[in-house]
Amino acid sequence: MSLFFIVALPFLGALLPGVMNAAGRAACAGVTFVVTLMAFVGLLTNLPAVLAGQVVTARIDWMPQLGLNFTLMLDGLGFFFAFLILGIGLLIIAYGRHYLSRNDNMGEFFTYLLLFQGAMVGIVLSDNILLLLVFWELTSLSSFLLIGYWKHLPEGRQGARMALAVTGMGGLAMIGGLMMLGQIAGSYELSVILQNREAIQADPLYTPALLLILLGCFTKSAQFPFHFWLPHAMAAPTPVSAYLHSATMVKAGIFLMARLWPVLSGTPEWFVIVTTAGLVTMVLGAVIALFKHDLKALLAFSTVSHLGLITMLLGTGTAFGVFAAVFHILNHATFKAALFMSAGIVDHEAKTRDIRQLGGLRHLMPVTFVIATIAALSMAGIPLLNGFLSKEMMLEATTKTVLFDIWWLVPALATFGSLMSAAYCFRFIGHTFLGPRRDDYPAQPHDPNPGMWMPPAILVVLVIVIGIAPALAEPFVKLVTNAVLGTAAEVPDKHIKIWHGLIPALYMSIVAIIGGLFVMAVFKPLLRFWESRARPEAKPMFEGFVEGIAVIARFVTHRLHNGAFTRYAMIGFVTIVAAGYHAWVTGTVGDATRAMQQVGPVPIAGWAMLVAATCGLVILHRNRFLALMMIGIVGLMVSVGFVYFSAPDLAMTQFTVEVVTIILLLLALNFLPKGTPIESTPLRRVRDASVAIIGGLATFALAFHYMLRDAVTTPISEFHLANSYKGGGGTNVVNVILVDFRGFDTYGEIIVLGIAALLIYALTETLLDGPVRRKLLNRVPDQPRAGDMHPMMMVVLTRVTMPVVLLVGFYIFLRGHNEPGGGFISGLIVSIAVVMQYMASGFHWASDRLRYPYHGVIGAGVLIAGLTGIGSWFVTKPFLTSDFTYVRIPPFNEFELATAALFDLGVFLAVVGAVMLSLESFSRLARRANVEDSEYPMDIDPSRDDPPDARADAPTGGG
Amino acid sequence: MSPDEFLSIAVIIAMITLATGQVLSMIRFVIGPTSSDRILALDTMVINAIGLVIVLGIHQGVKVYFEVALLIAMLGFVSTVALARFILRGDIIE
Repeated sequence: MSLFFIVALPFLGALLPGVMNAAGRAACAGVTFVVTLMAFVGLLTNLPAVLAGQVVTARIDWMPQLGLNFTLMLDGLGFFFAFLILGIGLLIIAYGRHYLSRNDNMGEFFTYLLLFQGAMVGIVLSDNILLLLVFWELTSLSSFLLIGYWKHLPEGRQGARMALAVTGMGGLAMIGGLMMLGQIAGSYELSVILQNREAIQADPLYTPALLLILLGCFTKSAQFPFHFWLPHAMAAPTPVSAYLHSATMVKAGIFLMARLWPVLSGTPEWFVIVTTAGLVTMVLGAVIALFKHDLKALLAFSTVSHLGLITMLLGTGTAFGVFAAVFHILNHATFKAALFMSAGIVDHEAKTRDIRQLGGLRHLMPVTFVIATIAALSMAGIPLLNGFLSKEMMLEATTKTVLFDIWWLVPALATFGSLMSAAYCFRFIGHTFLGPRRDDYPAQPHDPNPGMWMPPAILVVLVIVIGIAPALAEPFVKLVTNAVLGTAAEVPDKHIKIWHGLIPALYMSIVAIIGGLFVMAVFKPLLRFWESRARPEAKPMFEGFVEGIAVIARFVTHRLHNGAFTRYAMIGFVTIVAAGYHAWVTGTVGDATRAMQQVGPVPIAGWAMLVAATCGLVILHRNRFLALMMIGIVGLMVSVGFVYFSAPDLAMTQFTVEVVTIILLLLALNFLPKGTPIESTPLRRVRDASVAIIGGLATFALAFHYMLRDAVTTPISEFHLANSYKGGGGTNVVNVILVDFRGFDTYGEIIVLGIAALLIYALTETLLDGPVRRKLLNRVPDQPRAGDMHPMMMVVLTRVTMPVVLLVGFYIFLRGHNEPGGGFISGLIVSIAVVMQYMASGFHWASDRLRYPYHGVIGAGVLIAGLTGIGSWFVTKPFLTSDFTYVRIPPFNEFELATAALFDLGVFLAVVGAVMLSLESFSRLARRANVEDSEYPMDIDPSRDDPPDARADAPTGGG
Repeated sequence: MSPDEFLSIAVIIAMITLATGQVLSMIRFVIGPTSSDRILALDTMVINAIGLVIVLGIHQGVKVYFEVALLIAMLGFVSTVALARFILRGDIIE
């Protein structure tokens, strides 16, 4: 099966569990199982090729310019991990089917699980490291969802957040590291990178790249000092812990270290960092695990410890170390997943995981006892089980590893770690299953149905088979080792054997096991000693750290972003002026290349009025109504100015926006005080005024200098002018830029516009649903009211004008592609035509005649624009490629049809919907309880024969 | 005097007249004294602006300017009405 299918199947299959949820639990789990099984079988079809030493590849170009391609490869290492992910995944799905209770949403669980599985398979099969990063982040996200699956548990949510924060941070670091690696090697393809060992290690960027990549690997694989998140992630349901936190996800970091081993390892930096981190993690994890009372926490720290062991082996940089590491990854996956599932069974049946409340379960749960004991003994390193073999290989590897020039350091610590490891395994068995039977279990424990114990049993069979006949696993382990080593080293000519003779590793093993038994014998005093000592707790430290960052962020945010527009304006202006001043002082300014133009008296008059209105606005801004009228003058003069400077489309836009703005502000002003109180101190006002004046003068200086000189480089407008008709089929460059050159931006903008309008709607709805509603309904107008609500003259005028305005809007829309106009302007024009009706005949009357809600109009606009963009995919062009053609339908002249017009229709609808929705929301707020809604378009209508005093809100009630 | 010269002189006179009108409206706006005076001044400025745009169109010979004028003429009254409704009723859509 193609590698694409193997990666895609879990993702596509993730759609199914949610759908099958209604069909029952068996169907839901069944479909998940089948999907995984298909991917698994697909993987196995590639086995012959992998065994033959080939590398199976698959490739689709995605963004070749960025070096990001969808390239997959399957070699021994990838196969090994994919086999673990999918194989153990099958067991976990079967186990999870019986583990989840009826109250749990199974569809959701299996959806997340499949997403995770797909992401994980993606990591191990990626040939492109950027692609690998994408999958890497996906595992962080899906594991976040899985850890927090029980949303009602605070520990679950906190654990999920912590895991996401730590692994996410590592992921960020890794992006940097892998980018550097790609830059050094000149390619982001692993197949190329792995060939460039010498070049990469000689590069000055090697050390930073190594550090960043290791940061990613260490956070993901819970290596010291980032080991603390893993135990907290154990709040997840047990299938998740067994799958993510022992068998697969935490091995992603190890996978990457193994994958990049040929190019990164062998240097002193690698050796010291990786070996030390692994060694510390191994010993620390083992010691903490011994004293944990929660079964899953004990297993979690033992996982931390074993991951440290594997990391340390990779760190040695020797082929034999890799050989042992690969073998231990396999063994650890088998016995640890079985242990987690056993712990889950105990938790499920005894309703507690606290080891102090357990004991004597061997009588009640014999099957679970056998499974858990074999797996735990394997972890302890008892001969004839697979854990013994890899542990002895590890010990042998340590005897040849000299760290910091102390020959006994690594072997001694490794032996100590093994000793503690054996001790916690014995404690796991002894305190859970052995001992006298108790009668105070929270529930009546008994063996679960076979659906739950079969998956761990299968793994335990593997534990024994590999333990007794390692020769069966050896060819496969060597194949994987060969894939890890690549061209950097030869596979060691050693065999996995139960009996190696009287070598140091054997003595170390014996010391570890006997020491473990001894520790168990003196466990009680040891525990008392341990608990009497103060230990650093990871969770409060982590939370304190996060809180510290939050405090800093809040401080900065409140300084920069305090909600006052004046603050933003000041920061912006000061920054820009400072940057401009720096450029002015350090740079050079060429001589003026253009002459000053002559100005006539009329433009001078216009300019003077503009300046006067602006100054008036500044002086009188505390009278809000007056200020609004001043804004009207400024807008009008600017519109005329645009015409004077030959920009009629800008003039049109400016003017229509001006009208809509005044309406919107008047609607808002209805609820606001009519004056702005003086709130700031005189000193502060002086400061604000000086910033404003400096900003204004700087803007003037920049514009003045710029307009007297030619641009240094060719401006982009040259390109637009040259290609507007040729490429976009329109002579109105502005419109072609909006709908074609920058179509994607416009698409984003109309979405933002729609969101803003919906937000205004949502806010007003919330207000009207809340306690403010009464206040709004019983509001007494703050000024006397005169005249009728819906005067006849205005009604008649707006009705007559409406078709004309709509026609103009339609015309401006259609010809927008070639001459000034387009969807945006015509959207504003049509909105104004509709608003006129609201103003003339009232909210109630107009709303009654509204056939399509404005939300729908916005949605339709965005949808039409989006579909137009997608349409170009069908002719294998990028999103939003526009096309045009000329047609002739008699009796009309030849005319142009452009897809850009469809896109413009989307813009038009979005603008109409957004403007109308925000205006309507504001006027909805202004409804009052004591004013009756009129069904008639106008208050006084000679053609009506009902008595005048029955008409709504007669002038008498106005005041 | 050729027709072209006559036209350009007429255009200049029209422009100066309209600009004077704008300035005078502006002065009325500043003096007030009531809001109604100011709204009327603003409305007059809108009308003068239409005239200015049309005369500019004649002067520069650009047809699109007339559409700008059309747009201002068609929609300019809406803001005047809205401002007037605001001082009359407080609520412009009721």
